[in-house]
Amino acid sequence: MSLTIATGTTPQQNWLERLGAGHIILAVALVLYPLVASDFFLTQIGGYSLVFGMLGLSLMLLAGYGGMVSLAQITVAGIAAYAIAILGNNNSNILGFGWPWWLAVPFAVLAAALASALIGWISVRTEGIYTIMITLAIATATYYFAQQNYAIFNGHSGYAGIRAPAFWGISWRDPRPFYYLCLGLAVLSYAAVLYGSRSTFGMTLQAIRDNPRRMRALGYHVTAHKVFAWALAGVIAGLAGVLLVWFNGRVSPGTIGVDAAIDVLIIAVIGGLRHPIGPFLGAVVVVLMQTFAIDIVGAERFNTLIGMVFLVIVFVSPDGILGLWGRIKPHLAQESLRPGP
Amino acid sequence: MSLLDQPSSSSLAGGGMTRRQAWGLVGLLAAAVIAWLVFAVWPDWLNAILISKKAFVSAILNGITLAGLYFLVASGFTLIFGLMRNVNLAHGSLYLLGAYIGYEVTNRTGYWLLGVAAGFAVLAIVGVVMQVFVFRRLEGDDLRQTLVSIGISIVAADLMLAVWAGGTYQITTPEWLDGALTLPIITAVRSNGASVFLTYPLYRVVVLAAAIVIGVGLWLMLHRTRVGMMIRAGVDDRAMLQASGVNVHAVFAIVFAVGAGLAGFAGVVGGSALSVAPGEDVRYLLASLVVVIVGGMGSISGAAIGALLIGLAEQIGLVYFPTYGIVLTFVIMVVTLAVRPQGIMGKAR
Repeated sequence: MSLTIATGTTPQQNWLERLGAGHIILAVALVLYPLVASDFFLTQIGGYSLVFGMLGLSLMLLAGYGGMVSLAQITVAGIAAYAIAILGNNNSNILGFGWPWWLAVPFAVLAAALASALIGWISVRTEGIYTIMITLAIATATYYFAQQNYAIFNGHSGYAGIRAPAFWGISWRDPRPFYYLCLGLAVLSYAAVLYGSRSTFGMTLQAIRDNPRRMRALGYHVTAHKVFAWALAGVIAGLAGVLLVWFNGRVSPGTIGVDAAIDVLIIAVIGGLRHPIGPFLGAVVVVLMQTFAIDIVGAERFNTLIGMVFLVIVFVSPDGILGLWGRIKPHLAQESLRPGP
Repeated sequence: MSLLDQPSSSSLAGGGMTRRQAWGLVGLLAAAVIAWLVFAVWPDWLNAILISKKAFVSAILNGITLAGLYFLVASGFTLIFGLMRNVNLAHGSLYLLGAYIGYEVTNRTGYWLLGVAAGFAVLAIVGVVMQVFVFRRLEGDDLRQTLVSIGISIVAADLMLAVWAGGTYQITTPEWLDGALTLPIITAVRSNGASVFLTYPLYRVVVLAAAIVIGVGLWLMLHRTRVGMMIRAGVDDRAMLQASGVNVHAVFAIVFAVGAGLAGFAGVVGGSALSVAPGEDVRYLLASLVVVIVGGMGSISGAAIGALLIGLAEQIGLVYFPTYGIVLTFVIMVVTLAVRPQGIMGKAR
């Protein structure tokens, strides 16, 4: 999973050129999407893909730039979601401090970032494939803990009746505002990751991924860089968790179960871990499959289908859909160079 | 003794006592305290602190028998990882499949032992098939191997749900394994002076005995046979083993067969003691993960120590702080990683 950085930006370019045509077309399409989409397509497909894309993005940040494949991203998001339920209002008659959203959200995201940094600190003590095992163990243990514990997590049933806030005269749970809210946060996270990957920190992180010993010898604090990457990923996952709990109105151990943890990994891997756009692509594919596979295989056997697709992608293209595109693109370019028949 | 153990502690010998002797002394003291706790008649103040002697001793015994089960599952996981660097996250699915197969065979033939044998044999074959047709193709790419094993576990869980539905099954044990054993442990003394002895299900004692026998058997296989020698050499340096003319793929297939077979065996045995239901695969996967993280990768004795710690922590947590029990397991894992990242018996790489 090595990553090559595009270093062609010269200072003469204006900001429109630097943004690139692809990004502009995509942005226009996403902004105009609500004009053509029904409410169902707006939230269940659009909003959901963006939220899960953000979760996948937080994994992509760690896996693509840091070489640390985590299965605990949904756990981090779940901590933010539970924090919103506990700090804000819920109708489960447990806790619920009734804080306003502008106070609860920063604290929830902060809690997620701290939890993520802690998970990172635990797992960076070992290297490579151990990370995936340790994070899976943490995710599973948290799931069982949330299920057993009634004092904090309200056990099996979790929290219900969590409302998205309404301000500036808009109820943010309505389809169109919710879509734009998701879009705004997703674009923000995407831009931040893209910018961050070219920053000094991002470059250092990628160098650590490629050769930790050399970086340590050069005097870089390897552990600190990795843990900070975990904290950043925690912020993105935490924001996604807040959106998730506002959208669903409830959070329960099922939200942070092992299935959900693996779903995030599937999304990121199907999309591709080389570029921040990959997880969003993967999220669209998986959410579309989740919605429409019922017509093909029935709701019961959906997991078999998604598991098979996942297996095929891992076998055929290690870099997911992005990798497939990267392989097809040169062929297309060749085709256009040939003289017509 | 670790699988990879070399007398490394002797180099640390300082003034009066070597490190190993110090640990041995600590171990002896702990064993003496536990023996006193188990066999002595408790004074009232101790009963007041630890609920009752019966609860405490039962928790310890349940913890040890559960550790036996965890060891059976985790020893395969750790062997496979140690030799092939293959984190087989479908290991929990192997356990559950073994349990279902054991249930079917026992139910149809009426012979429990046949069910146990089928659980081992079928899963050993499944393991070889997985190794030869899936993992060998991705050799050297441990991330993709892990991803593939996740994919397999998803598909397997869904297909098992399709075949056996969501119900809970219990494998019936034969009559000669039913009943209870009266242990020479006095739990209380009645007012008339008669002692009350602890009774414990015979089946669980048999599970523990089987785990110990298999553990010793594995150790003997690894340390006294030619195949075991190859496996240990492969754990240390795979390339060199291959260069000395050993067919490593045959060795890999054997290890995968043994590891998967043990998971299937544990499935039948565990499914008879507890129950078989969807979701058990995740539970035993978590147990295997924590056991090998704590015990150290690729080490059989590490798996035994890890299983004992986790089994005891789980059962004691269940009795003394029910809703926070899992936190104890978690704390053990974090402390191990903080103090000794490679695990108790693991070798630093």
